[in-house]
Amino acid sequence: MSYEQLSAFAQTSGMIYFMAIFAAVCLYVFWPSNRAKFDRAARMPLENEDIDHVR
Amino acid sequence: MEPTQLKSKAMPRFDIFFTCGVAFLVALWAVFATSHADDLGMIVHGWIFLAAAILAVLGLVFTAQVTALQNDQATYSDGVVRFGVIASTFWGIVGMLVGVVIASQLAFPELLYFKDFGFLNFGRLRPLHTSAVIFAFGGNVLLATSFYVVQRTCRARLFGGMLPWFVFWGYQLFIVLAATGYLLGVTSGQEYAEPTWHVDLWLTVVWVAYLLVFLGTLWKRKEPHIYVANWFYLAFIVTIAMLHVVNNLAVPTSAFATSSYPLFGGVQNALTQWWYGHNAVGFFLTAGFLAIMYYFIPKQVNRPVYSYQLSIVHFWALIFIYIWAGPHHLHYTALPQWAQTLGMTFSIILWMPSWGGMINGLMTLSGAWDKLRTDPVLRMFVASLAFYGMSTFEGPVMSVRAVNSLSHYTDWTIGHVHSGALGWVGMVSFGALYALTPWLWKRERLYSLKLVETHFWLSTIGILFYISSMWVSGIQQGLMWRSYNEFGFLTYSFVETVKAMHLPYIVRAIGGLLYLIGTCIMAYNLWQTIKGAVAKKEPLSFTTPNLVPAE
Repeated sequence: MSYEQLSAFAQTSGMIYFMAIFAAVCLYVFWPSNRAKFDRAARMPLENEDIDHVR
Repeated sequence: MEPTQLKSKAMPRFDIFFTCGVAFLVALWAVFATSHADDLGMIVHGWIFLAAAILAVLGLVFTAQVTALQNDQATYSDGVVRFGVIASTFWGIVGMLVGVVIASQLAFPELLYFKDFGFLNFGRLRPLHTSAVIFAFGGNVLLATSFYVVQRTCRARLFGGMLPWFVFWGYQLFIVLAATGYLLGVTSGQEYAEPTWHVDLWLTVVWVAYLLVFLGTLWKRKEPHIYVANWFYLAFIVTIAMLHVVNNLAVPTSAFATSSYPLFGGVQNALTQWWYGHNAVGFFLTAGFLAIMYYFIPKQVNRPVYSYQLSIVHFWALIFIYIWAGPHHLHYTALPQWAQTLGMTFSIILWMPSWGGMINGLMTLSGAWDKLRTDPVLRMFVASLAFYGMSTFEGPVMSVRAVNSLSHYTDWTIGHVHSGALGWVGMVSFGALYALTPWLWKRERLYSLKLVETHFWLSTIGILFYISSMWVSGIQQGLMWRSYNEFGFLTYSFVETVKAMHLPYIVRAIGGLLYLIGTCIMAYNLWQTIKGAVAKKEPLSFTTPNLVPAE
């Protein structure tokens, strides 16, 4: 395998790999039925504690 | 939560067996090290290991007497977090003090040259400073906050009985071993990975226990969803384990010698080292502290994070991209050009997730910006995000090969590192310590908010002194190094560039001193808070401060 072949393969597969992961994350994040789950999760630090807040 | 007298099920206490077993093995090895080692460093470390093993067993016996070993599942395990807060403050002062000393040594080499104390020379104090602030101060902040946050967001007590205590004290032992090693001149010679092989092995044991505690707590969580801060903490713990093990692969010359041969040589070693080095920045100093941001800022403003969706995209983008950025430390070296370009490209892409995180943190304040006026702790957090944004913009710029040809090996790099370390890591840690102390010791608020404000201004002005003097000195240095006269000779000799940096070095030392004074004020404030004191001029008011104003 020549350097050109190797670098073409690495660049293309690297791009596909990153795009695929990014697309998968975006699908998960913006999937409509996940909305409620994320809204609930976002409130997690706020609701569980009975200790006083710092001023 | 009231401590109930519920006894945990009669499980065999693997945590106690584990600690005793480790103490036994360590003591066994240490006895041989003290008697068979040839170099002073190993003999000293043998004694330290031996003392630590004895103290561990004594500690176990005494705490067993007062039933402190009970693992009550109905309560949170907060004692270890309290110790973490104290240890962070202590190591912060030590590390920053050493920083001020070496900054002064650079400005006044004659004045602060300790002829009779070789162990106080710049070359030995410099790794002491970097390790003390990054691993001792930063590491303890991460330990303490991660143990606090994972319990709250999982609604579960820390996993492993006394294993968290093993992690805490084991980590302090690692710090003492590393620090004494540097002072004795025992080093593996790789930046930010200076501890020698036996100290590395010890950290590996501690780190695996840390991972077990964290994963175990996640495993028994009562919340279905794992909160985003825990994802960041987990990425930090897992990646640091991987980086630490791979970068420190070495064969010791004997079982009781500090010297070892690294597995990688030449450019492979350099690449592994900066893969480690830059990801120490990316996963220790960024991912871990972003976890702090995602818990403490929402908590402090009493509003959910701006966009939970953005936080997930931020997380995956950050960890998948950061891991590739290391080669930008090796521009114009023997590393193949394509690898350098790869590192540079990923560094530039990294700008987006970094700013995504910064925006997510800052926008959490939308609708509550007025709190900045009344809450100096919140101001700490916001300033830390501003510095995070600034240094994650500066970093990609400096990773560009053309810019790097000017900035590399100059003080600009030092300034950049400190805008991230003092500005982002330091201030977000101060904010977390200020927030944690009243929560942990059940105080209504801090001893004095005026002192927090003083600390805020001292550290902000200190950072500005630091980074602007390093810009001046660094760019001047870079320009002087590369300037030629009409005959093709260098215009300046090296010593001329050193002389030109004298004034910026004084300003830098002053900046560091201001920052250190601020940290000392914080220590006093936290100490008074722990004691339960309240500043006389700032009596407790009876208004509820965290009511959200009508929108």
